[in-house]
Amino acid sequence: MEFLLQPLTLLTFFPILGVLVILFMNSEMKNAIRWVALVASLIAFGISIWVLTMFNASNPNLQLVAKYDWITVAGWNIQYHLGIDGLSILLVLLTAFLTPISILSTWTAVEERVKDFMLFFLLLEVGMTGVFLAQDLFLFYIFWEFTLVPMYFLIGIWGGPRRIYAAIKFFLYTMAGSILMLLAILWLGIYGGTFSVPDLIAQGNIPSDIQLWLFLAFTAAFAIKVPMWPLHSWLPDAHVEAPTAGSVILAGVLLKMGTYGFLRFNIPLFPEATVKAAPWIALFATIGIIYGAAVSYAQADVKKLVAYSSVSHLGFVMLGLFALNHQGVAGAILQMINHGLSTGALFLLVGMIYEQTHTREMKVYGGLWKITPVFGTVMLIVALSSMGLPGLNGFVGEFTILLGAFGSQAIGNAWYAAVSALGVIMAAVYVLYMFQKMFLGPQGEVVAEVKKHGHGIRDLNWREIVTMVPILVFIFWIGLYPKPFFALMAPAVENLVKMLPIP
Amino acid sequence: MTLTPQDYQVLTPYILLTVWACILLLLDLFIPKNRKGITALLSALGLATTLGFTLSQIGSEETGFFGMVVLDGFSTFVNALLLVSGLLGVALAYGYIRRTGIERGEYYTLLLFSVTGMMLMAQAADLIIVFLALELLSIPLYVLAAFARPRTESEEAGLKYFLLGAFSTGFVVYGIALVFGAAQSTNLAAIVGYASTSSPSLLLTIGAALILVGFGFKVAAVPFHMWTPDVYQGAPTAVTAFMSSGAKIAGFAALLRVFATAFPSIAVDMTDVLWGLAALTMIVGNLIAIAQTDIKRLLAYSSIAHAGYILMAFVPYGDASVRADSVAAGLFYLVAYAVTNFGAWGVVIALEKAEGKGLAIADYAGLSKKYPALAAAMTVFMLSLIGLPPTIGLVGKFYLFRAVIAGGFTGLAIIGVLTSLISAYYYLRVVVVMYMRDGEPTIERETWLGLTTGAMAVVTVVVSLVPQYLFAWASEAVLKLF
Repeated sequence: MEFLLQPLTLLTFFPILGVLVILFMNSEMKNAIRWVALVASLIAFGISIWVLTMFNASNPNLQLVAKYDWITVAGWNIQYHLGIDGLSILLVLLTAFLTPISILSTWTAVEERVKDFMLFFLLLEVGMTGVFLAQDLFLFYIFWEFTLVPMYFLIGIWGGPRRIYAAIKFFLYTMAGSILMLLAILWLGIYGGTFSVPDLIAQGNIPSDIQLWLFLAFTAAFAIKVPMWPLHSWLPDAHVEAPTAGSVILAGVLLKMGTYGFLRFNIPLFPEATVKAAPWIALFATIGIIYGAAVSYAQADVKKLVAYSSVSHLGFVMLGLFALNHQGVAGAILQMINHGLSTGALFLLVGMIYEQTHTREMKVYGGLWKITPVFGTVMLIVALSSMGLPGLNGFVGEFTILLGAFGSQAIGNAWYAAVSALGVIMAAVYVLYMFQKMFLGPQGEVVAEVKKHGHGIRDLNWREIVTMVPILVFIFWIGLYPKPFFALMAPAVENLVKMLPIP
Repeated sequence: MTLTPQDYQVLTPYILLTVWACILLLLDLFIPKNRKGITALLSALGLATTLGFTLSQIGSEETGFFGMVVLDGFSTFVNALLLVSGLLGVALAYGYIRRTGIERGEYYTLLLFSVTGMMLMAQAADLIIVFLALELLSIPLYVLAAFARPRTESEEAGLKYFLLGAFSTGFVVYGIALVFGAAQSTNLAAIVGYASTSSPSLLLTIGAALILVGFGFKVAAVPFHMWTPDVYQGAPTAVTAFMSSGAKIAGFAALLRVFATAFPSIAVDMTDVLWGLAALTMIVGNLIAIAQTDIKRLLAYSSIAHAGYILMAFVPYGDASVRADSVAAGLFYLVAYAVTNFGAWGVVIALEKAEGKGLAIADYAGLSKKYPALAAAMTVFMLSLIGLPPTIGLVGKFYLFRAVIAGGFTGLAIIGVLTSLISAYYYLRVVVVMYMRDGEPTIERETWLGLTTGAMAVVTVVVSLVPQYLFAWASEAVLKLF
């Protein structure tokens, strides 16, 4: 009992309870299944708030630790070890926050095999939360690989026309990286005699030439997940084909698992290699920022546009992380949250309109703002947040990252930051271009097309507004008063940056 | 020299099962044709009793029959696994052979005899016994492969298996002869003694290599795998299920014991050979599996590929510091493979129709909508074969790759994980068809089949969450081996 009642264990595995309930429900009871899933994920969110209240922001170390011996035979030393600190708490909260929102968004969008959908969705939440909490490499790997399975089904069963291709591509791409990480994990386990991350960091005596190889193996897993240019090609396919809720979680949380991986494992485990690699990662991040923005602008499909914008935004996160100073890392963590909120919201909004029109071609839209004023306004706010307008959340994150990158000793060259700053301008171009095409100007042909079949395009309904409002609250809150968010992570970030051997 | 009761004690499970099988052969004559279920029940009873006896022997260490057979942790572990495989083989066959019209009592007795051979293999401490056991386990399998006579595929499978099996036995015998020539004994302990006093001779190396070739046929390692897809496809599916696990377990058990105890002195020469054999088996097995459209052939190539993974456990055998670990990892992987494999074949049997219909992967379309539990079970097995959480397959690979990396063979480990990635592609195709394509599959509902498949799915998941007990057993099993 004591094992199950640990706050972090409870937070991770609570959705399993929902899975068990749904498993025994008749698949025809669609609404009841939806409610069970929603309530389960809301309770998990409640637990995450409870965890937040117990979290001591001034303590840089792992807190609320649940640690039990798991496999300690035959030369193995594997523990069930969960813990939370300033690096992970915001991501845990984001996961618990976005899951109920995503479930709510599927209320009318997913009509087929609702039972299976909710089962996979709740299992996905278990995997994601576990990834952010696990402090043992074996446990982490299990959660990490496990998230692939439900996501694969979500894309493959409920996705768009090319869903099977996208699902398999997503699966194989991600797995290709993780299996190299598996070897590195095993090497660390043999070398250090433990799989515990804090213990391995404390030992910290890995020879520097081997560090580089291990760093690269972990990077293979995380860089594909982020995704960093040039390993991003699975992302547009997966995003475009995934059902809306899948895209929200994919962009909102799954990509963050990659950046979080750098933060939790690469940087503290291989500090020397990290410092050596920083300029290179910064280079790839900068290319990603510019490339993602440019390709976004070229898209005709609005979902693809949002998908490519992720490549650009995540480039900022990587740039911030590998600035390896307090501002850069803190900005990067905040930007992870920002991207989860804004891009998640963009996918939700695109999904809401797609549900009515069944097309994502921007050119057939136009003049939507007049017909759907609430939808237009929400879209404008989210779009502005995504392009980094001061006063909204995106600005705070990107600005802090750029500050960090400009002053970064590890990157050693202000040009990366300077070129990356262009990405902010380019974001404004493609976001406003999208908004203009869809919401301004004369009415597009799709408006008349939808009218032919019924009442025409409707504005957001209550359920959709309820879905969006919490996200909007945070978009403004982080934009106007980010201090409490920075305060949560500051000691942990300080601790992380301090241990790096920056010349 | 006289035999004492202790000698018989060493072989008690083996003797018990052999006697039981002989009695059953006679009893079966009196069981009416339409009541052959009784034979199945009796054979299962025999296996279960023997299993109980085997488990009671955990911890015993004895040799018997003048050092020709041993009873140790290793043999107990492998025997238990073999007996469980036998039980599963009976459970899968029970409804299947009735439905396909090949229900004859001999099926079960042949299966029992084959299990006795496999058990003897696990206890062999003398190359002559290895040879004897090899024949004892193989001959019933040849007959079983052709059991669906007069279906030509089954006859072809039986004949092919027999010819190539006989051929491979030739290699083993020749290898044993050469080893005898070098060491003047076929006893493993004597060979160890010889190798420790004199410098390794070429004769010994060639002998060991020939034994490896012979067993390479049995466990379906590339390039000795050619028979596998045809035999697995042609044999009755229940036979395939049993033989793909049982014969592999026995073959690897013998190889592990012979190589790890008798041949470490020639590791310098053998390691490279084993390295190449493992790499080749993983690469070829997984690559050819991609092109398969028939589920039986797919699983046949998958079984070849897995032989490659298990072979990885042999590669570091010359390194005394990791030898125990890698043999234990090999044992654990055998368990993981057997459990998953039986489950997957159970699903195949459930979908198979008369005349060999229902075996195309395309026939699995729509399975998840109509039979969600069966599709979920198959998904678990596929994930386990890929090596993804939360399945025993992941834990098995974790253990195995650790031993390989600890032995310093990172290159081989990289080949291992990359080929797992390839395997993900074709295993996932089965999942794609089950979940993402529409179809109207029908299945055969049989109690024992359903129970077996369900139990295997549960074991696959549960053991992955609490693997420590099996880890401990596997590692203790090999402690006294060296």
